[in-house]
Amino acid sequence: MSGLKVIQPGIFSLPQDSGRFGQHAVGLTTGGPLDSNAFRWANRLCGNALEATAIEVTIGGLVLESTTTTQIALTGADIPLTINKKPAALWHSHAINPGDRIELGFATAGSRGYFAVAGGFQFEPIFNSASTVPREALGGLTQDGTALQTGQLLPCETVKDHRDSQAVPKHLVPDYGNNSALLRVVLGYQQEAFSNLQKQVFFTSQYAVTESSDRMGYRLKGSKITPSIEGILSEGICLGAIQVPADGQPIVLLNDRQTIGGYPKLGSVLSLDIGKLAQLMPGGTVRFEAISVEQAHNLLALDHHQFLNTALESRLKTIAKSTKP
Amino acid sequence: MSSPQQTISIAGENSLIVYFGDKPDAAIASQVAQTAQQLRESLSQVLIDLIPSYASLLVIYNPLQTDHNAVRQSIRRALSNLTYDENNESNKAQTQGSLVSLPVYYSTESGPDLQTLADGAGLTTEQVIAIHQQTEYRVYAIGFAPGFAYLGEVDPRIAAPRLATPRQKVPRGAVAIADRQTAVYPAQSPGGWNLIGLCPQRMFDPNANPTMPVQVGDRVRFEAIDKQTFLELGGQL
Repeated sequence: MSGLKVIQPGIFSLPQDSGRFGQHAVGLTTGGPLDSNAFRWANRLCGNALEATAIEVTIGGLVLESTTTTQIALTGADIPLTINKKPAALWHSHAINPGDRIELGFATAGSRGYFAVAGGFQFEPIFNSASTVPREALGGLTQDGTALQTGQLLPCETVKDHRDSQAVPKHLVPDYGNNSALLRVVLGYQQEAFSNLQKQVFFTSQYAVTESSDRMGYRLKGSKITPSIEGILSEGICLGAIQVPADGQPIVLLNDRQTIGGYPKLGSVLSLDIGKLAQLMPGGTVRFEAISVEQAHNLLALDHHQFLNTALESRLKTIAKSTKP
Repeated sequence: MSSPQQTISIAGENSLIVYFGDKPDAAIASQVAQTAQQLRESLSQVLIDLIPSYASLLVIYNPLQTDHNAVRQSIRRALSNLTYDENNESNKAQTQGSLVSLPVYYSTESGPDLQTLADGAGLTTEQVIAIHQQTEYRVYAIGFAPGFAYLGEVDPRIAAPRLATPRQKVPRGAVAIADRQTAVYPAQSPGGWNLIGLCPQRMFDPNANPTMPVQVGDRVRFEAIDKQTFLELGGQL
């Protein structure tokens, strides 16, 4: 099979499709891309199904060499991209020929890049998904939850003709530059265990992203908030749930979260804002804003229709000529 | 029979959580399992996933296809259909889940905390083994790790707190007690529960169908087997 060969795996590069769903009953989490907006655009640029498997590149350092004719796109964090040492635009599809060397540098803003290939990477799914969850030892190329390794061949289809390159309209490319985010929150779960004063503290304070943040959850540091209860019977946790352990420092639970847990929760961050949080580097700051569940549904529907109704911009065919003799 | 202590709360933009009570028991475990089963059918197209737990059920739906009011209505309908009557024979199969028997090789060789637990409880290891087998447990929740089933409730005589220092490696199949819960470790992992034996049956096998021998709401009994049988069933020491 043809594909892209891993010359350097980078700091932490994980194959992800849209996620592993319907398996919570056996204790499996969902995995999937932390920044689902950047992920869907990467697939769209390659003409893929929006669930197709791409690589989530944390910080960068991934170097690939193609054995085939294909098309690629990199979205998400500002990670310098070169094809055969020539700079190539992000949020843009690029033609790739056999022997081409694709190099990702290191993020200058944001922290998660999404690297897609035409047709999606062809990995054998496990529990109906290729999403890689290291903690569960599931998914990815070898189905055992390991990140990309040097020497692996990431299988993908060969395309017959390069399509014209396409780009995401400029006004839709997020700015990850100021390392801060406003996160919208639907109040819920044990919100009644947080007094009005505690909620006011939460919604008027700025919290910083700590070093102990990963795909499971982002631990924040800032004004302490104290619920009136310490623990609850373990219960199901949804994406974005804001859990407050005894130290009063909130944790926003992300894609690789534990499926059940016993800490009080204030509500959940809107999915559209999860990517903004996950792009922050340690030291980045967040504020929270409460919205109703009806507002959340409206925002989700609006986002969905905007995405579907936005046309990519066509660019002249870019042919990455090999610089090698 | 729907009881007034059931409440439905918002959990997030695409999730509602149903609370069935504030402590786990067999009746609640059965209600959680029944409601999950009904919603799997009635919400089919708009349902993303369900997380049954001790006394709650998280219902995750697709907010582009429905809204929380419609999902609430489906949940209320499911709750009003609940039945739980220990004495009604026709309801038993439906409300009590499957009964699953799990073989265990109990010994100080396969259960490094068996002696300590017995000493702490003022019992012999034989008594601990007998008491552990006497209870018919309920699967209250599955989580922590893929296939990790929380079973309750352990007889208070053999309940024991978690180890002060968790082990780096607990072997797959380890049968363990923590407070009034017991479980079989589905895979080798770190863990702080008291190990009293080994079960040769896989609790989580990605290649098997079903993946797990139990689901939330099922009943579990442990049955002692000797070392020879344990090895014959594929157990490893």
